[in-house]
Formats: sequence, structure tokens, C-alpha cells
Amino acid sequence: MPLEVNGKSYETDEEGYLANINEWEPGLADAMAEADGTSLGDNHWEVINFLREYYEEYQIAPAVRVLTKAIGKKLGKDKGNSKYLYELFPYGPAKQACKYAGLPKPTGCV
Amino acid sequence: MAEQPAFDVPELKPYPVIPKLVEDTMAHSQPFVAKSDFQEPLGFPGELVDDWQDVAIKKMGELTDRYRSLQVFLDSCVKCGACTDKCHYYLGTTDPKNMPVARQDLFRKVYRRYYTFAGKHMPWLVGAEDLTEEVLDDWYKYFHQCSQCRRCSVYCPYGIDTAEISMAAREVMDSIGKGQKYCNEIIGKVHTIGNNLGLPEPALLDTLEGLEEEIEEDTGVAVKFPLDQKGADILLVTPSADFFAEPHVDGLIGYAKVLHEAGLSWTLSSHASEAANFGMFIGSYENMRKVALRIREAALDLGVKRIVFGECGHAWRVAYSFLNTLAGPFDFLDPQYPVPQHICEVTHGLIQDGKLRLNKSENDDMVLTYHDSCNVARASRMGDIPGGQFEIPRAIIRASCNHFYDMPADTVREATYCCGGGGGLLTDDLIELRVKGALPRMEALQQVVEDHGVTHMAAICAICKSQFAKVLTYYGFQMDQIVSVHQLVSNAIILTGSEQEKEAELSEAA
Repeated sequence: MPLEVNGKSYETDEEGYLANINEWEPGLADAMAEADGTSLGDNHWEVINFLREYYEEYQIAPAVRVLTKAIGKKLGKDKGNSKYLYELFPYGPAKQACKYAGLPKPTGCV
Repeated sequence: MAEQPAFDVPELKPYPVIPKLVEDTMAHSQPFVAKSDFQEPLGFPGELVDDWQDVAIKKMGELTDRYRSLQVFLDSCVKCGACTDKCHYYLGTTDPKNMPVARQDLFRKVYRRYYTFAGKHMPWLVGAEDLTEEVLDDWYKYFHQCSQCRRCSVYCPYGIDTAEISMAAREVMDSIGKGQKYCNEIIGKVHTIGNNLGLPEPALLDTLEGLEEEIEEDTGVAVKFPLDQKGADILLVTPSADFFAEPHVDGLIGYAKVLHEAGLSWTLSSHASEAANFGMFIGSYENMRKVALRIREAALDLGVKRIVFGECGHAWRVAYSFLNTLAGPFDFLDPQYPVPQHICEVTHGLIQDGKLRLNKSENDDMVLTYHDSCNVARASRMGDIPGGQFEIPRAIIRASCNHFYDMPADTVREATYCCGGGGGLLTDDLIELRVKGALPRMEALQQVVEDHGVTHMAAICAICKSQFAKVLTYYGFQMDQIVSVHQLVSNAIILTGSEQEKEAELSEAA
């Protein structure tokens, strides 16, 4: 099911994850959030940008503790926990945030 | 917070009720089919082959020849009905095809048609049916509504194991090009990268370093997570979810603290960075063996003397029941220790020997219960006494916590209910099935919440933990009410030289 954003068509998998990570652009994240009935603020973008940086270096989404630690450092200790991340991304930071960031869905027993 | 479900979440009733049958309530439920990219690396056709009926029937015959048990299971059912109300998916969905005997019959009727005298000549007399597109469709749907938990087999007077029939059906479907995306993508990742997540070595190293920092901040003790350390005594093989997710990671921290405190030399392996073995779920001996061999290769390469498994249910089934024939002989390991050993056996042994100090009051903010994971409960054992797989995890919890209560007797130990996400069904495309299948466990949990004020449920399986973290919220619980058993140990353990040790000494002096 392709996703149409700004007149351009992007291929996605069965669950709406971007097929080709290199095609990602910020407008896609906004469009996906809108489709989920939400919109992205600065705090969402902190997470999305970190996910993309981490993925670029390691070819995988960060583990939850790696993510909470990094967000805690950037936004303050009170936000360095998964409760805060679930407030931002109620469908789960690993899955919803990865989707918006154009990353593949984490697989396995997670 | 759970997303707004597109289906009705079953109501928690004050006592379990066997529901009235409603046909086809789950006829719409099926997982995504694997594309060729996920099929071919596993040795399966990329898409449905043209002569799929012939290939499937031939494969069925190969499997009944290869696995005597399968043929016995197909031949021996007398339709007594003892299994009908024992499946959590039937109880949660009311769909009659989720009664174990009905699920088996989807496969059995085709077996009868092609492999029994009566079925070949008088199919109408013995309920034998041709393998049609409609039947295949039913197979794909309903053999992906079985978590292979084996609860039904406990109640079957003949011991017929639906799990094995379900595995065989999936193997037949893979062989004709109709595989399941979730399992097959994951197995491919293990073959290429070494774990279900696809977590490469540098990311694993980075994650472990972060955990070392976290423990040192919390305790003041430099507990290490050695990776690929040659010459270590113990190779710890754990589900990759332990590196990635909560509450799994808190269990991993617990193992590390225990091994550190006991002064044991251990290592993780980047080559065998996965305990899980989804080859079993799809019934593929070849893929299961290939996954298991990575553990053997890592053990030989690192020169370890022992292999210990972390908290993973079906991994322990594969390890305990099959590892020696799949990837053995393990004559290079130290014969003084079980091959393989479960981390719970290690911790329990250390507790019994008085080698761990545990401050139970550290877990006083919780009232615990314990969910027996199906594969540990019904397909393996722990320790050297019958039922050790039930007693050892409970003994660890009791040694770590002051408040523990079991759920009702017909929902624990060998009668335990599946979490609802086992057997390769822990995927978002089956969320309705997962939520509904969790109903019997949720009702049992609700009962101890009401009777004893239970706040948390502990488990020793990565799938159970992820499944509950997801489905608890649908039933009005919180996602963090599921915890790892070794998370409780981690909270309670007093490490030598730690802040907690100093506090304990101070409070003793006062």
C-alpha cells in the first residue's frame, strides 16, 4: 500500500512501514502521524531524530534502555523512561516511533 | 494505554465459563503471508507452487513417515471431547475450529483421504476430505491460531499433541510456498545476523556497555556483560528480547548480577546471540537445527565449559529436549553440569548454597504471582526432581520477595494457560487473537488481584513478557504489571561492595 505525500508516492510494507529507508523525509513522519490522528511536536522529533542517527550508525533501532538514556540526557532525567516515551508514542516507542522515522519494524519477541 | 481495538475485548467474568460455540468468529484472522524474500533463504518456495496439492500430500506422507508420533496422533483420536474446552483460543474466541480436536481434524481429514484405506475408498464414511483451496485456507488460518502450548494434550487420554500436528501443518504449508511472514523473516535474521531482532554485534556491544553503566550507577559495583570472551567458563544464551525490551532487560541485569556475585566466569556470544528457535514453531527440523548449531559453534569457538540459557520458554524446550540430538554431542563441555542448564537452576543452586544475599524487602512494593510458561511447564523440566520446572522459579521468587500468591490451581503448573502469544503468533497482525487468547490467564490474574491484592505477575519467557506487556492494557491492567523473575532477584540481591550492602550494614548496626 503506497503512501502519498506531497505528490510523491512511497512504497510501504503490509503494516505501513517504509519499504526503503533512504526515501524518508520529515513530511512522511507528519503524514503518518496525521493518519494515526495525532501530530508531532519537538519532543517527538527528538526521539525520531535519535532513532535515525542510531540506525545510521548501527543498522538497528536502539534498545529501549539505550533510547531512554539518550532521551534522558537530552530532555532531562524525568523524561528518560519508557513511561514518557509511551506518552509520546502510545502504540509503543519501538514500533510507532520507528515507523515514523522510516525504520523497519523491530522483529522478534518484542 | 492501548489503542482503540477494532474488535470486542472479552469481558472478565468472576469465574471461568465454557462459552457457547459461535461458528467462524475467527475466520477472518490470519497472519501476513511471507514473501519470497523471507521464504527462499529458508529453503522454501517463494510463492504458492502450481502443483501445490500434490506437493502438500507428498510432504504429509513424508512427515508421517519421519515422525511416528504424528501418525499415531492422526490415527488414534476417538473423538471423546476431553480437549474441547481446554484451549485458551477456543475459550477466548468461541470459534469451534479452535477446539483442539477440530483443529487436528483439519489436518486429519486430509490425511485420512490420502493415507488410509477407508478414506481412499469411502471418504464419506470416515470424514475424509480432499485437499482443496478452501481446506488450505482453513489450515493457514487455524494452524496460526494454535500457540503449540500443549495444554490440550495434558487432558487427552491418548496424549495427542496438537502442537505437533500444528507444526506439521505449517511445515507442509512452507513446503508449498505458503509460509508465515513473522516467523520466517525472523528465522532468516538468525541465519544471517545471529538473532531474531537482527541486532548486529556493534549494537549489541553498545547496548551492553549501557547496561554496565546503569548497574554501576545503581549499585556502585562494576558488573560486566562480557561479549565473545574466549576462555570463559559459561556461555550464556538468552533471547535477544533481553537486550532490547522491557521487562526483559531487567531480567538480563539480574542474570549478570547473579553471575558476578557468584564469581562465575561467563560470556555472551555475538554469533549465538539468540536463545529462541522459531524453527520449532514452523516444524522445520532443518531450520531448527541450523539455528541450534550456532550455539554449538559459539561454544566451541569460545572454549566454554558450560552452556546456560536465559529466560525463554520455547528455547528451553528446544534446549532441554532436543539440543543434544540437534547439535550434539556436547562431550567437550564439563560433565559435572547439566547440558544445557537453565539460569533459574544456576540461581536456585546458588541460593541453596547460601552464596547469594537477597533483601526481600526491596520487592515490598509488589505482591507477586507467577505465570508458568507453556513450553517450560509442559515440554521440559528443571533441576533433578519431577516438577522442578514449577518449584524452582517459585523458590527463586519466594527467596526474593515477601509476598507471593499462586493463581487458581487449574491455571498453573502443568495446567497453565498460554499467554496467548506463543508458537510464532506474537505479531501485530494477530492482535485480536492474542487479546482473546489471553482471556483465561487474565481471569486467573484478576482472581488473585481481588483475593490477595496481587500487583505483578512474573514470568520466565520473552514471548510471555512481550505478550502481557501488550495485552494487559486491554483488560484494564497496566503494561508494567508483568516482570521478569530475575528482575526480582536483581532488585533484592546485595552485591558485595555495593551501596545496598553499606545500607544494610548501617541498618543492622542501628
